[in-house]
Formats: sequence, structure tokens, C-alpha cells
Amino acid sequence: MTFPLDSILRFRTLAVCSIVACSAAFFVSCKTSGGPAGSEIIVGEYASLTGGTATFGQSVHNGDVLAVDEINASGGVLGKKINLVTEDDQSKTEEAVASVQKLVNSDKAIALLGEVASSRSMAGAPIAQQAHVPMITPASTNEDVTKKGDYIFRICFIDPFQGKTMAHFALGSLGKKRAAVLTDVKQDYSVGLDEAFKHTFSTAGGTIVSEQSYSTGDKDFHAPLTSIRAANPDVIFVPGYYTEVSLIVRQARELGIECPILGGDGWDSPELTKGEEQQFNNTFFSNHYATEDPDSTVQNFVKKYQDKYHAVPDAMAALGYDAARILADAIKRAGSTDSSALRKAIAETKDFPGVTGHITIDENRNASKPLTIIKIVDGKFHFAQRIGPNGEALTPLK
Amino acid sequence: MQILQQLVNGISLGAIYALIALGYTMIYGVLRFINFAHGDVFMVGSYVGYYAATYWVSHFFPVGSLESTVLVFLISMSVCAALGASIEFLAYRPLRSRPKLTVLITAIGVSLFLEYTGQLFFGPNPRGFPPIISNKAVIHSSSITINMIQVVVITVSLGLMLLLRVIVMRTKIGTAMRAVSFNQQAASLMGINISRVITFTFIIGSALAGAGGVLYGTMYPSIEPLMGILPGLKAFVAAVLGGIGNIPGAALGGMIIGLVETFVSGTGASTYRDAIAFGILIAILVFKPSGLLGKREIEKV
Repeated sequence: MTFPLDSILRFRTLAVCSIVACSAAFFVSCKTSGGPAGSEIIVGEYASLTGGTATFGQSVHNGDVLAVDEINASGGVLGKKINLVTEDDQSKTEEAVASVQKLVNSDKAIALLGEVASSRSMAGAPIAQQAHVPMITPASTNEDVTKKGDYIFRICFIDPFQGKTMAHFALGSLGKKRAAVLTDVKQDYSVGLDEAFKHTFSTAGGTIVSEQSYSTGDKDFHAPLTSIRAANPDVIFVPGYYTEVSLIVRQARELGIECPILGGDGWDSPELTKGEEQQFNNTFFSNHYATEDPDSTVQNFVKKYQDKYHAVPDAMAALGYDAARILADAIKRAGSTDSSALRKAIAETKDFPGVTGHITIDENRNASKPLTIIKIVDGKFHFAQRIGPNGEALTPLK
Repeated sequence: MQILQQLVNGISLGAIYALIALGYTMIYGVLRFINFAHGDVFMVGSYVGYYAATYWVSHFFPVGSLESTVLVFLISMSVCAALGASIEFLAYRPLRSRPKLTVLITAIGVSLFLEYTGQLFFGPNPRGFPPIISNKAVIHSSSITINMIQVVVITVSLGLMLLLRVIVMRTKIGTAMRAVSFNQQAASLMGINISRVITFTFIIGSALAGAGGVLYGTMYPSIEPLMGILPGLKAFVAAVLGGIGNIPGAALGGMIIGLVETFVSGTGASTYRDAIAFGILIAILVFKPSGLLGKREIEKV
């Protein structure tokens, strides 16, 4: 049974290969035969401009456009202008697939930027991989995204990195030794951060004194917090999303827990502190960047963004901006838009001075980069510290 | 040491469950059906409290003053009472002579109607509840912290339950309610206006849910249109646990559910919290099918 099937498969592969080769040759000849395609480089972008995560998609898009306009204004790359072709995937996975197919097959994009949501990046990645079109996701933090193939890259950090870095921050910058964790057991994100935090914290000399959990949608956290209080920790790690965290911090303070409370980028929302701003004093969370960061790259970006859009850029906008600039930088270094040369150039990105920190692409095509710690004071998010990829403090704690 | 604190946590959560459970049990008492929309009336109560405190009462009294807090409660309770009465009038009364199953399904319909109308009007995003009660600690020591909100939640709940007890046991309409609950046909032959008693029951039950909504919003200041589902379900379980149709039973059931949940989460097994709470319900119903304080009823065929 194996034999005939095998040969059929082999035949099919051959056939597909030859068809692809023929059509590729055909399209290449079309492309070189003139028209505007020769004078510009087409970069595809798929983003959720509408739908459930519209704010994320719009911010990334704004960042992408800002970067592309800037590059074109200064002469473009390889003597050509970049033409950013954008497809709205309406925050839907199936639309993301359709968008990537259109960008790859009919627009002939040489590279792709997108998506924010890990689920949609994972839907689009196999198509880009198959067509050998390099794809850079600005903000998908799930570890599995870049495992889809060697043409898939990311410029944001991955989930376990936040947990690891917050453990270093608690031990090093805050000097705490006894940590308690409160995890949302229904979210892979929260569990991932929690495990990395516990592992790093206990191997680097600290003790985990209490491990408590809750589920998304809970409102009452008095019970686990009372247990945490009894264990007498000097720092608490709560890697959840802002909806629950806003209640957790309030209830912890009501119970008289005054120690610092730490979290991840799931805290990043203006809704977090609404109503009870004072109770969020002495809390910290990790994020991709902070508008207040004194770094000149950050300040330039914030100014340009505000001039163009009259809004304060959030982390998504900064990541979109970095993704587009890293791609342009790689095209320059590759010296051509040939897909394997471009892939190699992106993979060799080293110490790129991005708004979200110096970015180096590692052997797993993930970004090795610093992380920004935000401190909450009277309900406002302030820049506190930048921490390097190996847990080393890059700036003093503010 | 920790046990004392968990006890306070559990009682304040249980008190709110008890308030909602009373509505389920009273309506079951007179109509013999489960009003599944009750949890959503509780949600509306929370939102009315939110709007009243933020946009209306704050013009006259500062948020957090005694007058404003009392007004917010009264407004929320009256709006919920009116809502409960109109639900009964529009949805359940036309079906009174129909099989109980029809009414039950209508109740689920009303529940969905309130949830999704809520999403349309209030928006699906959670909102913070204004701090109408300060969360200052009343008692503060290393082993126990009791804050003002918990004190208010427990005293308001107990006060409302006592008031309900007086209404049901000492007033004419309360006697009529008990009569209708005992035997509807005989009660109507004695000259009791059944419709009036039923409307009154909905008014009282929904007003309690409204108060519960405001208390819940104050204790857990993040309200959204689907917030009534889970507390509603837990309160229903509490009512069954205590013996559905029995008023002290509902209060007791609410307290038990609140305490069990708190103690289970406090041991770190929060993943199993609901499983254990519902497991206890099943265990009690196996040994006492009519609930803890319920009387065994003989169904006449």
C-alpha cells in the first residue's frame, strides 16, 4: 500500500513544483516587463482594522505607515519607494488567511507585516512560509508563531520572557526575596508568565511562599489574597489581564497587603486603575515601551507620531513602527528583494535601534530585546526601568 | 488566624447570594416556577446604582455621603421593583394558566432579553462602580481586616432579611402571600386577590435583587451586562440548598455557598471551587431532597 501512494505523492509534488515554477517564471516575467512594479517595492500588511481587536490593528497600521512614509521621504530603499498594501482581516482568522493569500498571490508582496493576535499570525504564517515570503509579526507573543517555519519572524518578546524578567526585577531592582503568585488558570498567557517567574525567582535565590489561582471572570479574590497575606510575602506577581487585576489590587490593598504587586503587559489599559487610583501605588508591570522613556529614539518617535495622528502612541504603534523599519533595514542589507536573501538578512538583524529597544533576532527567529518596566503612580503609568534580555538592569530604577 | 478572615470574606459574599436567593425562593413559593431572569434584574440593579450615583445623585450630595448612598439604594430598589412587576405583567401573567414549562422557557427568554439589551444600552465593556461606600478598614490587625464595605454589606443584607421576615409574618399582605403559597385555589376562594399578591412578590423580590446589585457593585467594582449569570446561578443553588420556597432556607443556603466558595479558594484549589460548591449541593440533595429547611411535599396526582 505504501508504494503506490508514495509514488503518487512524489508525482504530485513534482507536478505542483513544475506548475509553481512555470507560474513563478510567468509572473516574474510579467513583473520585469515594466509597469509601476519595477519602480517600487511592494510590502504587504494584514491587520485587524475593524472588529474585536480593532484598536490593536489600527495602532500597528499607524506605526507601519509612519515608518514607511519616513523611509520613502528619505529616498526609499535600493533606490525604490516602498508601497505598503494593507488588507483588513476584520479581526477574523479566516479573513487573515484570505488577506495573506491575496497579498502573496495577487499583490506579489515581497514581505509581510502582521498580525497582532497570535491566532491570526499562526493562520497566515503557513501561507507565507509555503510561498517563501518573509513575514514579521510586530506583536504576537505566543511561542508557537515563529515555529511555523524559517520565514516567520517576530520583533516582540515572548510570554515566558516577561515572567523571567519580572523575577529578575523583583530580586535585583526591588531586592525582594519572598514572592507570592496569583495566576489565572484559564489563560495560557498567565500560566506561561507564572511558570517562568517561579522558575527564575527560585533558581536565582528567592523563595515562592504562596501559589494561588483564580479563573477569568472571577470578581471575589478575598479568599486567595487572605492565604497570600498569611504567607507574608514581600512581593506578589499577578500575571493576569486588566479586568481581573483591577479588582485584585483593590482587594489586596483593602486586606492590608501593602507590598509591591507586579504584572505583565496584560495590565496595559487605561481601565486598570479607574476609580481607585491611589491603591495602585507601588505596583509595576512589564511592557514593550514607555512614552516617557528618556531615550532619544523613543522621544523622536512619540513626537513624530503625535504630529501625524494627534494621539499618544501605544505599545502596538511602537511595535508596528519597529517592524516596518527592521524590514526596510533588512532589504537594504540584502541588497535585493530576493526572498532567500531577504530572509537571511532579517535573520541576521543585530542590535537594531528600535523604539522598543535594541532588537536582535535569535536563532529561533524571536527577538532578543530589552523590556520596559512601568510604575503606576496615582493611576498614571510612568517609565521605571529598562531591563536587558538577560535580566540585567539597563537604566537605574526611577 | 487566617480562618477568621476567611469567615468574614465568606459571610459578606454569602450575604449577597442570600439576598438574590430570597427573590428566587419567594417567587417559587407563590408561583412554583424558577424566575431565571432574576439574576439579570440583579444586573440591572447594579447599573441603575451606577448611573444614579455617577450622573444624578452626585448633583445633590457628594459621592460617599450617607444621603447619596441611601438614595442610590432606594433608586435602584424602586427601578428593579418596577422592572420585576412589569416582567411579571408582560411576560408571565398571560401564561399563568399554561403549563409551568412554558413559563420557565419564557423566563429564559426574558433573561436573554435583559442580558443582550443590557449589552446594547450599557455596552459590553466592564465599568468601574463609583465608591459610594468608603473601603476604609474598620478593624485592622495582623490577623484580620474588616472594611466598611463588608460591614455595610452584612448589615444591609441582614436588615433587609429581617424586614422581609416582618413583612411575611406580621402584615396582611404577607399572610396573603403565605396563603397563596400554601394553596392558591383555596386562597382565592377566601377572597385573596391572587394577582395582587403575585405582583407584590415580584416587587419585593426584585427590590432585594436591586439592593444586592448595588452591594455587589460596591464590593466588586467592575460591572458588565452578563454579570448576573453566575451570581444568579449560585443564588439559585443556594435557594435549592436551603429548601426552595423557604425564606430562612434561602438565607442559610446563601451563607453556606459563600463560605464554601471562600474556604475552597483560600486553600489554593480555586480551579475546583465551583465543582466543590456544586458537589456539596448534590450531596445535600441526595440525603435531603427538599433542601436543608424545606418541607417534604406530597404531590397530589
